[in-house]
Amino acid sequence: MVATSHDVMPDIELYQPTDEATALALANTLGSDGWLLGGGQDTYGWLKDRNKTPAAMIELTQVDAWKGIKETADGVEIGAVTTITEIATNPLIQSRYALLSTAAGRVASPQIRNVGTLGGNLVQDTRCWYYRRGLDCYRAGGNICYADSPEGLNREHALFGSSRCVAVSPSDTAPALVALDATMVVSSVGGQRLIAAQDFFVGPARDITHMTVLNEGEILTAVRIPNTWANAEFYFEKVADRNVWDFALVNVAAAFKVSGGTIEDARIVCGAVECVPRRLDAVEDAIRGQQRSEQLAEEVASIASAGARPLNYNHFKVPLMENLVKRAIRG
Amino acid sequence: MAYMHIGKDFVPPDVPGKVTGRIKYSEDYTREGMVYARLLTSPVPHGRVVNIDASAALAMDGVVGILTADDVYPDGEPQSTGLKILTNEPTLVGEPILAIAAVDEKTAETAMALISLTIERLPFVLDPLDSLREGGADAYSGGNTFVFRQGFAQEKWTSDQITSFQNGREPSAEPQQSWEYGDLEAGFASSDFIYETSFSTAGYPHMSMEPRSAMAYWENGKCYLHGTSQSLTALAEPMANIVGVPLEDFVFINEATGGGFGQRSRAASIPSMAIPARFSQKINRPVMMRVTREEEFTIGGARQGLQGWIKVGFKSNGAMAAMDMYCVSDSGGKGGGGDANSAAAGVSALYQAEAMRFRNTSIGTNTGHRGAQRGPGENQIMAIVAPIMDKAAEALGLDRLAIRKMNAAQNGDVSGSRSTPFTSAYMPECLEQAAEQFDWDGRKSRARQTNGSKVTGLGIGQGYHNAGRSGMDGIVRMLPNGRLQMHTGVGNLGTYSYASTSRAAAEVLKMSWDDCDIVTGRTDRHLAISSPQDGSNSIFTNTRTAYGAAQDMLAKMKEIAAMDLGGAAADYDIDGSRVYQITDDTVGMTYAAVAQRALELGGKFTGEAEVPEDLNSLTALSVSRLAGSALMGIYHDPRHAGNPPGFAVAMIEIELDTETGKFDIIELVNIAECGTVVHPQGLKNQLVGGAVWGIGLSVLERHLYDPQNGIPASTGFWQSKIPTYLDTPANIGTGWVDLPDPENPVGARGIGEPSMGSVSAALNAAISDALDGHLFDAAPVTTDMIINHVAGISEEAIPLAQNNFRG
Repeated sequence: MVATSHDVMPDIELYQPTDEATALALANTLGSDGWLLGGGQDTYGWLKDRNKTPAAMIELTQVDAWKGIKETADGVEIGAVTTITEIATNPLIQSRYALLSTAAGRVASPQIRNVGTLGGNLVQDTRCWYYRRGLDCYRAGGNICYADSPEGLNREHALFGSSRCVAVSPSDTAPALVALDATMVVSSVGGQRLIAAQDFFVGPARDITHMTVLNEGEILTAVRIPNTWANAEFYFEKVADRNVWDFALVNVAAAFKVSGGTIEDARIVCGAVECVPRRLDAVEDAIRGQQRSEQLAEEVASIASAGARPLNYNHFKVPLMENLVKRAIRG
Repeated sequence: MAYMHIGKDFVPPDVPGKVTGRIKYSEDYTREGMVYARLLTSPVPHGRVVNIDASAALAMDGVVGILTADDVYPDGEPQSTGLKILTNEPTLVGEPILAIAAVDEKTAETAMALISLTIERLPFVLDPLDSLREGGADAYSGGNTFVFRQGFAQEKWTSDQITSFQNGREPSAEPQQSWEYGDLEAGFASSDFIYETSFSTAGYPHMSMEPRSAMAYWENGKCYLHGTSQSLTALAEPMANIVGVPLEDFVFINEATGGGFGQRSRAASIPSMAIPARFSQKINRPVMMRVTREEEFTIGGARQGLQGWIKVGFKSNGAMAAMDMYCVSDSGGKGGGGDANSAAAGVSALYQAEAMRFRNTSIGTNTGHRGAQRGPGENQIMAIVAPIMDKAAEALGLDRLAIRKMNAAQNGDVSGSRSTPFTSAYMPECLEQAAEQFDWDGRKSRARQTNGSKVTGLGIGQGYHNAGRSGMDGIVRMLPNGRLQMHTGVGNLGTYSYASTSRAAAEVLKMSWDDCDIVTGRTDRHLAISSPQDGSNSIFTNTRTAYGAAQDMLAKMKEIAAMDLGGAAADYDIDGSRVYQITDDTVGMTYAAVAQRALELGGKFTGEAEVPEDLNSLTALSVSRLAGSALMGIYHDPRHAGNPPGFAVAMIEIELDTETGKFDIIELVNIAECGTVVHPQGLKNQLVGGAVWGIGLSVLERHLYDPQNGIPASTGFWQSKIPTYLDTPANIGTGWVDLPDPENPVGARGIGEPSMGSVSAALNAAISDALDGHLFDAAPVTTDMIINHVAGISEEAIPLAQNNFRG
């Protein structure tokens, strides 16, 4: 029951560690009681609404080791609390991984990009309004999905991978990083584990109350992008109701290695159609070795949406997804 | 006519405060001992409070008290659909049930969680057609509609009637409301093209920047309320009634308002402002009630959605021979709104239909309370009718501009159910000017041209609203230092009309603007009544009162000069600082000297005698308190004749991407026809702001309610889809016709609302054009609707759905 509107922060402990060890120790000690705070754009709403009630916040943005963009032997490493604006405007990212800088530049609004972090954009919770409203849905630990029902408002919801919950991944940077074969660096007091971006996100069939594989006590501290796709031909497009602020109705991030007009290899990933960024392997397979052309784009577009299960109000996502894939292929 | 102030730009006095942030809105005030109230609102769309157990909350440290509906309505709640201060019978989610006060907001919020509310759920309904259907739920306990002076009633159609309507056929049920003129049957018989369709337009919340927060305290038996309004004097008296305090003991303070939008003009639309006033009275502490964004969604109210059927006939020359319209209006949870009637009146005014019939039935739903939002009715319907005009032009082989000229309102024309004549009307000139500025002739060949997946669409839109009232009052005072004090109750909404209308007084007295002061901001500064400052009327209405009050002062100045210097009043003229003899300008008195002399003379010169008898009560109170303080000009404005229209024409070129459903606005001009221009910069702001809002109506804004539990899905700025900078063109061309209206002393009429309707109409027409003339017969036309249309997909949407999706 939603009886009132809150907009005052509740009493909550705030920890502001300045070094990795302290931050990881706090995350370990506090476990699920410790809310990891980046730019706060997916924090304050939850807490003010009292729909999430952690005992403490651990602010990560003062840990210098987790900030900034640096070149590595095998590509670049981006600290997880680097702001979205910094990624969108960084010359190294712009020159080698324009797919990511373009995607970052389409996140939310300039104000949000200025404080929002890459880590926050990647681990943010889904935007299903029923869930955000504090209703007792599956994702919130209940036993119903209000969106996947005969009367549910599900225009923004999933075409694929539904398992009781039909919420989608809201991130713009996530599809780009999956397309770039990025690796997530996940740290804890027990050490680090490296997870392929594609495996970092999880759907409801595996874990209906979480969007990523992060366990309690773990922190996403960096993202590594290998040279594999540096300077490839990229395509990113986001279609949203409004051109600022809104989450994608569908987005597409694609990378192509093209030689003499022939696609040698490709990555095509769509967001906002599934609970995870959806890698379109079948389309990639279909275009590999083919001439990049309008005709090819037309021929394979329908593969992109194969298996889609539209809900009452999101049929439009099927042609939209096909069209975006088409546009990515024809470039 | 050459004016000194009218038609000239100036810096309104509130601008520095708004630029620097120093100006105060109601939330910015504080008072010693102030406590903070928070609201417990209804979690259900329709219910009855069975029990409130606040004992745990009230036992908390820092909690000061509670205010419930039983406190504010000890004799029971009013039995009507209107908004209540607090209620035990909520008819929409978010309706305030009680308030709790504490020493700080956090304590109040924490205390709120300790309140045990037992509420009996009652059946609810979100769509008027669901309620109209036999066996459908009613939004109110007494029925699904409220009949003036009769009370609650139940209106039901047969299932066949509902289904027939949903399938696009003319409703057969008897309407609650109707009017008509001309011979409709003959009109359709003479038509060479007839278009008939059902249509729907979405309701959506106001979402103005400033929420309706309020702070109140009592001192020496007087209630001081810091609140928000579109006119602080029009709102003050009815708000005093809601608070329950005599007008003379009520001070309303409202220096600036962060967006009027239509529902801050009348106290009955914001009874929530009485909560801190009544709470303060109960606990004897100043009370600040800060309204959250989510609460603002409910408290702020919404535009009405319309579900309708329309049939339009055109002769071979493009003349609109007949228009038949039947609406089912969504009155929301509190029974408000008259949009359908305004929509029909607007169509009559803009397109001059030779014969017309309007029918309407208003049905409640358990959704946001409805009321005026910029161009209520006119602006929704223009987005529906503009593409129909293009369809007719195409069918009849006419240019789209030509068909609009054929039906354009001109001097001598009439409109509406009573065939009221316009005070003046220059729509052909407005169309011409827009066409020239837009280069219609040069651009029209680009219509429907393709560039890859993109298609060019052109649209022409026209906006209208009745734009002038009368019957208000004016007060000006001349101080012994020669400064003019212009007492205005017009709200400071950001339109600057509180200042620009006052300039009519300076114009009459030929005074330098530097020698004039606008007195406003709080009612204990003794202001004149103004109109509610809605309905595009401020410029027309309040220049009349400012002008009239200054004329009264001018006459008194001449009379004093004649008294002291000889001759008759008619022998004198003014130059902005002196009253002098026309035959010998060395004989005269300064304005300061005249004012000093007036103080010595007293009587009618200082408002102590011969005060106009027909002043409104608030003005009369102000005059009585100002009497003897200065030379006074006092005026009661008589009623004017005719309908002063505000007109606007927009032309737009878009490039629509058929693969994404998105479009870019390549060119947009918005041209006003609003009489003499009073304040060019203010007018430009209206035209640009109206354009942005029009884009919202046309393609983005709508509110959504979940059919399963009746909760709103679009309570924030994010979900309400207000256009952003990148959804609007960087440059919006503006212009105006600038021909004077005879019913206003400076020739001016209003423009606020039409400047939005013109753009919503033009954009919907342009989208239709880009899609080979496809008509959605709906507003907004959203991205998904365009994609579905292009892809040939028909989603399982409910025909004519309100407060939900229409695929």
